[in-house]
Amino acid sequence: MQAFTTLDGLVVPLDRANVDTDAIIPKQFLKSIKRSGFGPNLFDEWRYLDHGEPGKSNHDRPLNPDFVLNRPRYQGASVLLARENFGCGSSREHAPWALEDAGFRAIIAPSFADIFFNNCFKNGILPIVLDAAVVDRLFRECEANEGYALSVDLDRQTVTTPTGDVIPFAVDAGRKHRLFNGLDDIGLTLLQADKIATYEARRKIEAPWLFA
Amino acid sequence: MPGLTLFQKLWDAHVVHVEADGTTLLYIDRHLVHEVTSPQAFEGLKLAHRTPRRVDAAIAVPDHNVPTTDRSQGIADPISRLQVETLDANCAEYGITEFKMDDIRQGIVHVIGPEEGLTLPGMTVVCGDSHTSTHGAFGALAFGIGTSEVEHVLATQCLWQKPSKTMLVKVEGTLGRGVTAKDIALAIIGEIGTAGGTGYALEFGGSAIRALSMEGRMTLCNMAIEAGARAGMVAVDQTTIDYVKGRPYSPKGAAWDKAVAWWNTLHSDADAVFDRVIELDAGKIEPQVTWGTSPEMVTTINGSVPDPATAPSETKQHDWTRALEYMGLQAGTPLAEIPVDKVFIGSCTNSRIEDLREAASVAKGRKVAPNVKLAMVVPGSGLVKQQAEAEGLDKIFVAAGFEWREPGCSMCLAMNADRLEPGERCASTSNRNFEGRQGQGGRTHLVSPAMAAAAACAGHFVDVRNF
Repeated sequence: MQAFTTLDGLVVPLDRANVDTDAIIPKQFLKSIKRSGFGPNLFDEWRYLDHGEPGKSNHDRPLNPDFVLNRPRYQGASVLLARENFGCGSSREHAPWALEDAGFRAIIAPSFADIFFNNCFKNGILPIVLDAAVVDRLFRECEANEGYALSVDLDRQTVTTPTGDVIPFAVDAGRKHRLFNGLDDIGLTLLQADKIATYEARRKIEAPWLFA
Repeated sequence: MPGLTLFQKLWDAHVVHVEADGTTLLYIDRHLVHEVTSPQAFEGLKLAHRTPRRVDAAIAVPDHNVPTTDRSQGIADPISRLQVETLDANCAEYGITEFKMDDIRQGIVHVIGPEEGLTLPGMTVVCGDSHTSTHGAFGALAFGIGTSEVEHVLATQCLWQKPSKTMLVKVEGTLGRGVTAKDIALAIIGEIGTAGGTGYALEFGGSAIRALSMEGRMTLCNMAIEAGARAGMVAVDQTTIDYVKGRPYSPKGAAWDKAVAWWNTLHSDADAVFDRVIELDAGKIEPQVTWGTSPEMVTTINGSVPDPATAPSETKQHDWTRALEYMGLQAGTPLAEIPVDKVFIGSCTNSRIEDLREAASVAKGRKVAPNVKLAMVVPGSGLVKQQAEAEGLDKIFVAAGFEWREPGCSMCLAMNADRLEPGERCASTSNRNFEGRQGQGGRTHLVSPAMAAAAACAGHFVDVRNF
């Protein structure tokens, strides 16, 4: 997994609450057996005016000019500014894969759905929870200022605005450590292999039907 | 010291190791695998030269991509076919039991787990699918995970977790005639919202829950994720134990007795303390119909499409306006006047035998209305289909003009050929009415099986209690 340390990134504001993972990456693209290549179909039904299918070229598809990600001023954005309950619904990890593939490394919202939030950390994406009033302010500032960018520092746990305002955020210590160092979860877990074996040996006696 | 919640008892029984900050390595007893969220996990395992720790804890089934029509020619869509073949190949390579497409036991992963006794009380159950919460109906700790965690469970049989907060959803009283577990689920989501359960494990309790069958409890726990909760659960009681007894994978003999002794302790203690408690009066719950693009956008069959001007916040006003535009609905329209184009009875929420019996009891002696282009019934598994046919339910549906299909996820998410066309309106027994969920531009209204069957025959939503 790629590590996340600091990010200076252009911000795109997606002003909708309860954005679900079906919207982030529609079901037909879940037929892929690969982890990569989902970026062009991120928000497919909002982004294009026609129907997308896996295997179909996206270059000549008609773009929806009203969709915020298509506006020229937001091209190259790496920070997604979102509303509450972002990433609700399906557990599909294809959602963070698509966001990452499209260049997003940080998502700021007042709240996230649990499974999506967890999946982000497995894919080098930092989901940042900020107070709803602060997110509101960032939306206003972002829409008013072309080229609006934020600096994210995971180690210091801060988001810094173009005017130098420093906004602190909370992050679970274990998740921070793994994301900051880009560590392989499975490798870390296998360091506990003895404890897993001890647990299994005990449970085989207590609850033998679980090992039938 | 207060007593323990069911969640705490399940959690404590599965702790392998605790880090200084409380992050816990939790042991996973059952891993359900399907074709959509597993290929990248198996690939990751291979690339790292790892092997599954316990193939006996995993069980696989293709469900999302499978056709619900004749399967003798296999899957027509080559991309869907490759995904199912990839599951077959991975299971064969590692020795994981798979119920393949031509196996009578094949079906929706959340239907076959309980049906086969693979889901048992007291277990931790995971699957790369958010509706894994279904299995909590058995007094199990069950939740959906992403593909990285599927790989993690394959490799280690564990997951890193932090304890959730706990919420007791207490439903007391007796449900009215024609009101089902689906209506309870939608009423709860209407009450707490789709993010109301975020960060919580929900426990459903109270006399109305105790009175539910296991099928009803599964429907309820299935929808916990639509309230934002990764896990929903119901305490073990005699209903649970009676359901589990004699299933192919449930314990037998002395192991059964030992298991039941433990299972009978799997309930929250009387003095357990929850982080939040909400209460509903079962007698006041009416048949529910969603009107928008989120399960929380729900009202009763006697309600009307709300006016966004009356929304409780500016954000909601914006959401409601957008939802009405997408759904092609006008504020103030009575739900009972909305016509439907298609009807879908199925999904991991409502495709079990009891659901099909409910729908058939409404469809019996009636006909699908002429304005309904397609009404389909998709059983949750091959065994549900077999049971329904033994009871003659298929004949009732077919006589009424419904299509009787092969088991799978089908039009709940339209990964196979079953889908809505742009602008089509569907009465659906599934779990999500998101934009595009059942097909791009499709308009989904979530209802119970009885309400879906009634809508099919009336041609519009109708109160099944007076139908």
